[in-house]
Amino acid sequence: MWLTNSSVGRKVVMSVTGLFLVLHALMNAVAIISLEAYDAICEFLGANWYAVLGTLVLAGGFAIHIIYAFWLTLQNRKARGNNRYAVTTKPKDVEWASQNMLVLGIIVCCFLILHLVQFWAKMQLPELMGEHIMRGQDYLQATFSQWWVLPVYLIGFAALWFHISHGFWSAFQTLGTANDKWIPRWQCISKWWASIVFILFAVEAIYFTLHFTGVINC
Amino acid sequence: MDTSISFKLKVWRQANAHAEGRFETYEMRDIPTDTSFLEMMDILNEQLIEKGEEPVTFDHDCREGICGMCSLYVNGHPHGPATGATTCQLYMRRFKDGDTITVEPWRSAAFPVIKDLMVNRNAFDQIQQAGGYVSFQTGGAQDANAIPISKDAADEAMDSATCIGCGACVAACKNGSAMLFLSAKVSQFALLPQGRAEAKRRVKAMLAKMDELGFGNCTNTGACAAECPKNIKLSNIARLNREFLCAKCSD
Repeated sequence: MWLTNSSVGRKVVMSVTGLFLVLHALMNAVAIISLEAYDAICEFLGANWYAVLGTLVLAGGFAIHIIYAFWLTLQNRKARGNNRYAVTTKPKDVEWASQNMLVLGIIVCCFLILHLVQFWAKMQLPELMGEHIMRGQDYLQATFSQWWVLPVYLIGFAALWFHISHGFWSAFQTLGTANDKWIPRWQCISKWWASIVFILFAVEAIYFTLHFTGVINC
Repeated sequence: MDTSISFKLKVWRQANAHAEGRFETYEMRDIPTDTSFLEMMDILNEQLIEKGEEPVTFDHDCREGICGMCSLYVNGHPHGPATGATTCQLYMRRFKDGDTITVEPWRSAAFPVIKDLMVNRNAFDQIQQAGGYVSFQTGGAQDANAIPISKDAADEAMDSATCIGCGACVAACKNGSAMLFLSAKVSQFALLPQGRAEAKRRVKAMLAKMDELGFGNCTNTGACAAECPKNIKLSNIARLNREFLCAKCSD
């Protein structure tokens, strides 16, 4: 199977499974506009077959992305050989994020586990077990009324910014949809997309924290 | 301005492929700044021979930047701190009096050290042999303009063909990947009608050989293109990916 046997095939798997966060940020943004609408989305994405299927595809893609990340890193370290360079430099065209994708990914992954424990384990999981659950906004309140949550989330989002700023354009390069014109374009779009995702998630987290700790009342 | 400099030279010494390597430091005195880096290495070797020591082994041949034989990882850069130049085109005026210059071999599992600074780059030959050529049916030469080729495609193919196969891309890559080399060798044919006939077979065979030889996976970091002495572009790797995916999809 060329998706496991060839280096380009393995990178294709990384790129496709990496492009999965595109919709998620948009659904959360709804909660800022209207908490009722957020409840409606939570209701809609309960234990319906399409929500479960979506979750499985998301989780599967994520799991494959992580497994491949460690597998590829092990192969790459082996290819580098046993002797390391005594002096190393970073050429100025090389992004810092591109050399630290695994570490950034691990930070994002730690954040995600926390995030799933705080939300998914209380929202979709109980419903799958047949229990009745509360309104979506009650979980937002339970989480964001605690002050420590915000800084931890912001660290996760920052790691995500760096991860996406390289990962997004890299995915299109791997899929062969780039050339001399499009490499700089994708790199630019990549920074924009990373920033949009970061700002959306960060604004949401900051808003919920201020709202549910009673600092602002709107 | 000083016309000669003195510096410390930290050189990787390794007796053979299986021996443990180590750094040896040599004091270099009054080296003219017009000396090329390889001439400076020659001066060091003359001194070592006079003292009855083993000279430092390093690869070199044409000394004009076209053969791809010289290597050396100097101060954290393959082919040294100059851009768009090979080690033989590097001059001592790039360095300052009192510097410590660290010289290492290419470090990659696919390029094992033979001795000191010389590594075995036979893996590149094997990749080329797997498909980096055009099979010709011999016969009368056809008219020069029988196959029209756009100027853009011809230029791009020529740029890709300037790869000298020195291995700096592998040396620079944190993953020890040979994708820039492979992509240049695939691109120079993929862009031209003469190369299209065997394009699918070529890209699959060469990529399979590269993977088999233990090179790493590309993470699009771009250190290869930044350090390439022939300025081979990163877009070649996108073309290689495209060629490979199209070949696989049409299987």
